[in-house]
Amino acid sequence: MAQKTMIEAITEALAIELRNDKETLIFGEDVGLNGGVFRATQGLQAEFGEDRVFNTPLAESGIGGMAIGLALQGFRPIPEIQFFGFVFEVFDSVAAQAARTRYRMGGSRNLPITFRAPFGGGVHTPELHADNLEGLIAQNPGIKVVIPSGPYDAKGLLLSSIRDNDPVFFLEHMKLYRSFREEVPEKEYTIPLGKANIVKEGTDVSIITYGAMVREALKAAETLAKEGISVEILDLRTVQPLDIEAIVATTEKTGRVVMVQEAQRQGGVGAKVMAEITERAVLSLEAPIGLVAAPDTVFPFGQAEHDWLPNAHDIEEKVREIHAF
Amino acid sequence: MTNANKAMSMADLLRPDNFNFDMVQILDAEGKVVNPELMPDLSDEELVQMMEDMVWERTLHERSTALNRQGRLGFYAPTFGQEASQIGSISALTKEDFILPGYRDVPQLIKHGLPLHKAFLWSRGHVEGNNYPEDLNALPPQIIIGAQYVQTIGVALGMKMRKKQTVAVTWTGDGGSSQGDFYEGINFTGAYKAPAIFFIQNNGWAISTPRDLQTAAPTLAQKAVAAGIPGIVVDGMDILAVYAITKAAREYAVAGNGPVLIETLCYRFGPHTLSGDDPKRYQPEGVQDEWRAKDPLIRFRKYLESKNLWSQEKEDQVIERTKEEIKEAIKMADTTPKQKISDFLKNMYETPDFVTQEQISKFEAKENK
Repeated sequence: MAQKTMIEAITEALAIELRNDKETLIFGEDVGLNGGVFRATQGLQAEFGEDRVFNTPLAESGIGGMAIGLALQGFRPIPEIQFFGFVFEVFDSVAAQAARTRYRMGGSRNLPITFRAPFGGGVHTPELHADNLEGLIAQNPGIKVVIPSGPYDAKGLLLSSIRDNDPVFFLEHMKLYRSFREEVPEKEYTIPLGKANIVKEGTDVSIITYGAMVREALKAAETLAKEGISVEILDLRTVQPLDIEAIVATTEKTGRVVMVQEAQRQGGVGAKVMAEITERAVLSLEAPIGLVAAPDTVFPFGQAEHDWLPNAHDIEEKVREIHAF
Repeated sequence: MTNANKAMSMADLLRPDNFNFDMVQILDAEGKVVNPELMPDLSDEELVQMMEDMVWERTLHERSTALNRQGRLGFYAPTFGQEASQIGSISALTKEDFILPGYRDVPQLIKHGLPLHKAFLWSRGHVEGNNYPEDLNALPPQIIIGAQYVQTIGVALGMKMRKKQTVAVTWTGDGGSSQGDFYEGINFTGAYKAPAIFFIQNNGWAISTPRDLQTAAPTLAQKAVAAGIPGIVVDGMDILAVYAITKAAREYAVAGNGPVLIETLCYRFGPHTLSGDDPKRYQPEGVQDEWRAKDPLIRFRKYLESKNLWSQEKEDQVIERTKEEIKEAIKMADTTPKQKISDFLKNMYETPDFVTQEQISKFEAKENK
């Protein structure tokens, strides 16, 4: 086993699947010779050729339509949207076309596309690079949304996403790309989509979260442990569909839940998780469900990220409040 | 309408640096051959088949309008007047070519192999209308104007990568040529030199907006210049011209030269859709009559009659046959089982997730009551 960053784990998963399945194709803006703006596709064109890994013109909508057309010709496309904030340009292909095809064609066709896109705050990107727009994709029936919180999950989840016969949006948090290393097995392995993961067991309060907030929750849990509050952390890993069983189980176990997301309060999937809990496990609750989320403004100017983005302190505060309710 | 182009050869028309966008015509409104150089090589049987298909389409239009008025069809976008543009283009393709129609391009889909009753089910809003046989190389009519153009990129590139001798073919209207996806579609496909034919069926109107309000460009075909691909304006009321250009474009694309943009100048004798549109509100008087004189059926009929290949009797037979076919198809549509929400849910994903499965069970319980 080797210690790897998330970006290395992603590249490895892409290479494995290019090798395993000759129908897989990687394309996007600068993903070829350049190896991607974050090096996620580094070396892949050299190894697999220009017919498998190639650049496109600079137009997200064209990339999305192209993925759909290639899937209709039996390929397994893995298009990249350079930054998730540019998804608005390709929203029709993602939400109105790819997500609906199996349904609208009565199950006679399917589109095994994995859209990859970096997102997430904390690295001082310019405007519309870091926005947390997963909630927009997650509310469209027909597409899955996967958000890994680290290297190990990224590799297993990406392999599952590519092999899935329905469209998947795979979101890669930029702050997690290289901020830490983790043991990642060399061999191929998969992590089922739609399955959450208990990253820390606890008994007093459940934190349900995903993406970069998993690390913040872990930090908060350490502080809270010193105060005698035992926190359980559930990493959703897939935010659509939700792992309802795991969400309900942790709620029933601790009776207290704090939902944590980087997205604005009105965005993300937090409200949905909270709604599912109230419908399915309200009698297990000892307190209202807390929500840690960003303020309902446009994603902040770079210099204000630190004050705007939810962090471990916000989580600690909310957990204390819910614990003392 | 620009002047008819008689001077250019097919090879010259298909050059990406051809900046002559005069209208190509083979048959004039009188059914006279005005451009023998471009005359496609068609047998008598093939010529008759094309006329039969145009009569079929017009009959289908008339019956579809009536059936819609009776409430026996739902969404319907009239095709009256566009027979040469639609039949001319589809006739030049093979069943292995992949078509991506717009919402007005149902006749091409049926000619490509979509069973008629499924076309009617699509109109009514029934999933079975879009449940396509595996060997039907087509997508259902696209409602998002322009989306079919970007999807054509991938179909055409896929064909090129698989070294198929086929093309991807798509249609939009004059209004659609203003969309971003229109440009991205022709531009990507050009950059990849992928085999595709892009049609703009310019019928002069996008609902109530006249074509001149879409762009200051004097032709729509010249938008091909922005992608570096050949663009050709063709008389969309002349089936021989549409057929000949499509066939040549197909050969050009299959040979690895990349896509072609074809603008067919045509007209819809009627509303945008039957969902409440009334052209009398916005179209100047007299325009209809002007176009009536250019009716594709009139000129092709005259042409075939001059070759003793067509008669009123033949035409009546096609009309009767089509009416019978429509009757049967409507019957089949009527007997198609009602849609079930549980089936919808099952068609969302290959494997339903927990919440979807819950809903399947809930609806199945209701449906089995």
